[in-house]
Amino acid sequence: MADWPILTITTFLPLVGALSILMIRGEQELVDRNAKAVALWTSLITFVISLFILANFDPSNPGFQMMEEYRWIPSFNIAYIKGVDGISIWFVLASTFLTPICVLASWTTIDKRVKEFMIALLVLETMMVGMFTALDFVLFYLFFEGVLLPMFLIIGVWGGPGRIYAAYKFFLYTFIGSVLMLLAILAMYLVAGTMDMRVMVDHPFASTLQLWLWVGFFIAFAVKTPIWPLHTWLPFAHVEAPTAGSVMLAGVMLKMGGYGLIRVNVQMLPEATFFFTDFVFVLSVVAIIYTSLVALAQTDMKKMIAYSSVAHMGYVTMGIFTMTQQGLDGAIFQMLSHTIVSAALFLCIGFAYAQLHTREIVKYGGMAQNLPRYAFVFMVFMLASVGLPGTSGFVGEFLTMLGAFQVNTWVAMFAATGLVLGAAYMLLLYRRLFFGKLDKDGVKAMRDLRWTDTAYFAPLVAIVLIMGVFPASFKDVYAPTVEKVLLDHQASLKAAGLIDDEPGTQVADRTPTSGN
Amino acid sequence: MVAIPDFLPALPEMFLACAAMALLMLGVFRGADSTRLVSWLAVGAALVAGVLVLAASGDRAVTFAGMFIADDFAVFAKVLILTATALTVVLSVNYLEREQMDRFEYPVLMLLATVGMMLMVSANDLISLYVGLELQSLSLYVIAAFRRDYAKSSEAGLKYFLLGSLSSCILLYGASLIYGFSGTTNFERLAVMFSSDVPAATGVVVGLVFVAAGLAFKISAVPFHMWTPDVYEGAPTSVTAFFAVAPKVAALALFVRVLVDPFGELLAQWQQVVWFSAVASMLLGSLAAIQQRNIKRMMAYSSIGHIGYALVGLAAGTEEGVRGVLIYLAIYLAMNVGTFAVILSMRVNGRMVENIDDLSGLSRSHPMMALAMAFFMFSLGGVPPMAGFFGKLYVFMAAIEAQLYVLAVIGVLTSVISLFYYLRIVKVMWFDDLMETIERPARASALVIGGTALFVFPVFYVFSEGILNGAAAAASTLFLR
Repeated sequence: MADWPILTITTFLPLVGALSILMIRGEQELVDRNAKAVALWTSLITFVISLFILANFDPSNPGFQMMEEYRWIPSFNIAYIKGVDGISIWFVLASTFLTPICVLASWTTIDKRVKEFMIALLVLETMMVGMFTALDFVLFYLFFEGVLLPMFLIIGVWGGPGRIYAAYKFFLYTFIGSVLMLLAILAMYLVAGTMDMRVMVDHPFASTLQLWLWVGFFIAFAVKTPIWPLHTWLPFAHVEAPTAGSVMLAGVMLKMGGYGLIRVNVQMLPEATFFFTDFVFVLSVVAIIYTSLVALAQTDMKKMIAYSSVAHMGYVTMGIFTMTQQGLDGAIFQMLSHTIVSAALFLCIGFAYAQLHTREIVKYGGMAQNLPRYAFVFMVFMLASVGLPGTSGFVGEFLTMLGAFQVNTWVAMFAATGLVLGAAYMLLLYRRLFFGKLDKDGVKAMRDLRWTDTAYFAPLVAIVLIMGVFPASFKDVYAPTVEKVLLDHQASLKAAGLIDDEPGTQVADRTPTSGN
Repeated sequence: MVAIPDFLPALPEMFLACAAMALLMLGVFRGADSTRLVSWLAVGAALVAGVLVLAASGDRAVTFAGMFIADDFAVFAKVLILTATALTVVLSVNYLEREQMDRFEYPVLMLLATVGMMLMVSANDLISLYVGLELQSLSLYVIAAFRRDYAKSSEAGLKYFLLGSLSSCILLYGASLIYGFSGTTNFERLAVMFSSDVPAATGVVVGLVFVAAGLAFKISAVPFHMWTPDVYEGAPTSVTAFFAVAPKVAALALFVRVLVDPFGELLAQWQQVVWFSAVASMLLGSLAAIQQRNIKRMMAYSSIGHIGYALVGLAAGTEEGVRGVLIYLAIYLAMNVGTFAVILSMRVNGRMVENIDDLSGLSRSHPMMALAMAFFMFSLGGVPPMAGFFGKLYVFMAAIEAQLYVLAVIGVLTSVISLFYYLRIVKVMWFDDLMETIERPARASALVIGGTALFVFPVFYVFSEGILNGAAAAASTLFLR
């Protein structure tokens, strides 16, 4: 098992699929059908392979596993290094899991230029998996940026009426953000003399330099996450993107920001992280409250979910910067939960949109009467988004709050109001869509979920419930890694004289799941 | 008794010059319909010359009384130049026929210009530098005006000739100042002189600035760029393709050699000049291109910007910087040849079109061509994972290592600005509706487009170490002292 490069295979298999789709020639209809089939099979096989990664992963080992290391550009100390630890493994799985679902969801809704769409989707998957497994900064940056190209095309070619503006805004925002990251990477390379991210983690950067580097990385990841006030590209991108685009955007791409914050800002720049904690708390709380209020005012359902994503990401950043076991565990859990829930909600909206061709909430109503299965599925995800105990959404929000309470009661208190607001807009949305009179002709004519739709909704529902009822199955995989991250963090703060020994001991106290 | 110089180091040049003469003869005797044959033979000659150049790699030889040097730096630059020549001749064959300007002199002139360029990169003396430069320029003046019956082309040729002569004068004036104040034109002796403790005479520094100005004209670096958009637009497109690559590579290589080799000790003096020129080129290149509607003009401004990025590496004045410049040039070559191959294929109902809007909906009529063009545009914009990103990465890394932080930051910011117009082309091709169907590209063009697109991504990754090592070896030869 260990002797074949499973991470490389998982990364590039979708690209191989994309290339083979490129080769398909012939009649339009046949080409479309084959392109879809190739995309589905490739992404399914990739998913199965990624399950092997999970099966071979040793959760008790907090370090990187399934390492692959090859010389690439030795003259610049750039190497091809890949590996997964407890944190990245779930994001790899999230990427490979959502791709076949996106292919299925686009099966009938994408009717023009199917071939190109499937290629873009598979290239996107390669970039995402590549980014989450990269352990060399150049490689990391390549994949981080590489995501933009297929997504730019997905929004711009298959999007709605305002797609061009949305695609530009999406591209330029994220590109400008990551350019700052590039400068920071170069600066770190000059100091540390390597692009190896494992070495960078241990390299003590000077305190003032850390602040600059931290800001560079933070802006890049804040745009991607997105953190208020750098989130303004997101509603546009979501509204205009086709369903699969929105699913990928919310499901995986937003997580790149949170992942980067943990991997780079927290792990490599501990002193700056300590310095900026309160700043991030303020941004997170504003994001949670403000964007929840904005979501409440939306009349377009996609926009509402988009703003709710920003609010949910607020919990993530808050959780990360509590630097407690619960907070960080919760942040990662929240990201995973949001991956599934937001993806599912966008799929639900896509299902309705495909039939009625509108996302205006007022155009719907009373769907619970003629679309019972759809109403049930939507309800599960709505409740998960609200954070109902028993669903995945609860665990993440609860843990991040718990972490925040230990560090800063005010932050936790303000963040808690977001829960109420979240419940308000989601329940409002559900009421308007599913209850009330079934008096609109278009809605009356809608069809309920067929087996093809169930094929991708059923696993999503299952995961939401498993994550809610048995969170340890997910959390135990990454908790040891998180614990190590925290211990390293405390050690570097102590070395820098920022904390005394007293709070350092708290780390052990705050680790109920790790078993020591 | 006159000693016979060692001809061997200059074998590729001599072969190419003889080949050009032979092809001229062939054309004269075969008559007007021999363009295709002469063109393909010219491609073959360039390839043979390339093999000869590569065969001599690793050696360092000085000959012709110290006027001519063959080292790894020259080898790297010459391989790029010959590749560019071969590819652009391939691209021009069909173009010339369709535009009814298929005269055999065209490939012959391109070969002669190439000989001039090879002499430039091998120059080890201000005299041989000038001879090579003029051989190149004279050939280029003619082919810029190759379409005699077209006012814009004649104008382009004339403009290029007048401004080119002016820049040659400036360069000569600078060279004479250097000679007057130092007593030699030989690069090695100049280098020895400046490495002594005696500070360089002011006259030499002034002369150096003049030489730099003359060379800046040839690479169209700001503020000597004014001719570029007009000449790019007016010249026949196949000529523009050639202009955009080969002479730029040659002149920039020459620029690097002159500044780093004989005048390397005067880094503090010329660094500011190059710094300014790099910043101004990057800014102008990225800002002025935004409003262009004509794709050739846009590419002219784009090339100004790219020269600015390459100059960032030179401004560092270090071995890493020179290596960055060489890598940048290699990637620049692929991106530009590919882009111009697409531009040369922009033909609607038998006539050439040059507006960016004419590409609209290209992804529907020619998805592969549109995909390749998207590769080139993203690469020109420096978006990873395209090769263009690596070109920029290396020069910026060198600049940061040399503590030119402002330069690196400006470079990064301007490359974001330049994305606006590169993205616009992607947008026009992929997001807009199909207006007019562009004809199917000629097979040779299609091959060039496909090949360069694959180089930009992903072939570059596979060979990146080889290219880097070649560039590193080339750069190190300039820093032997």
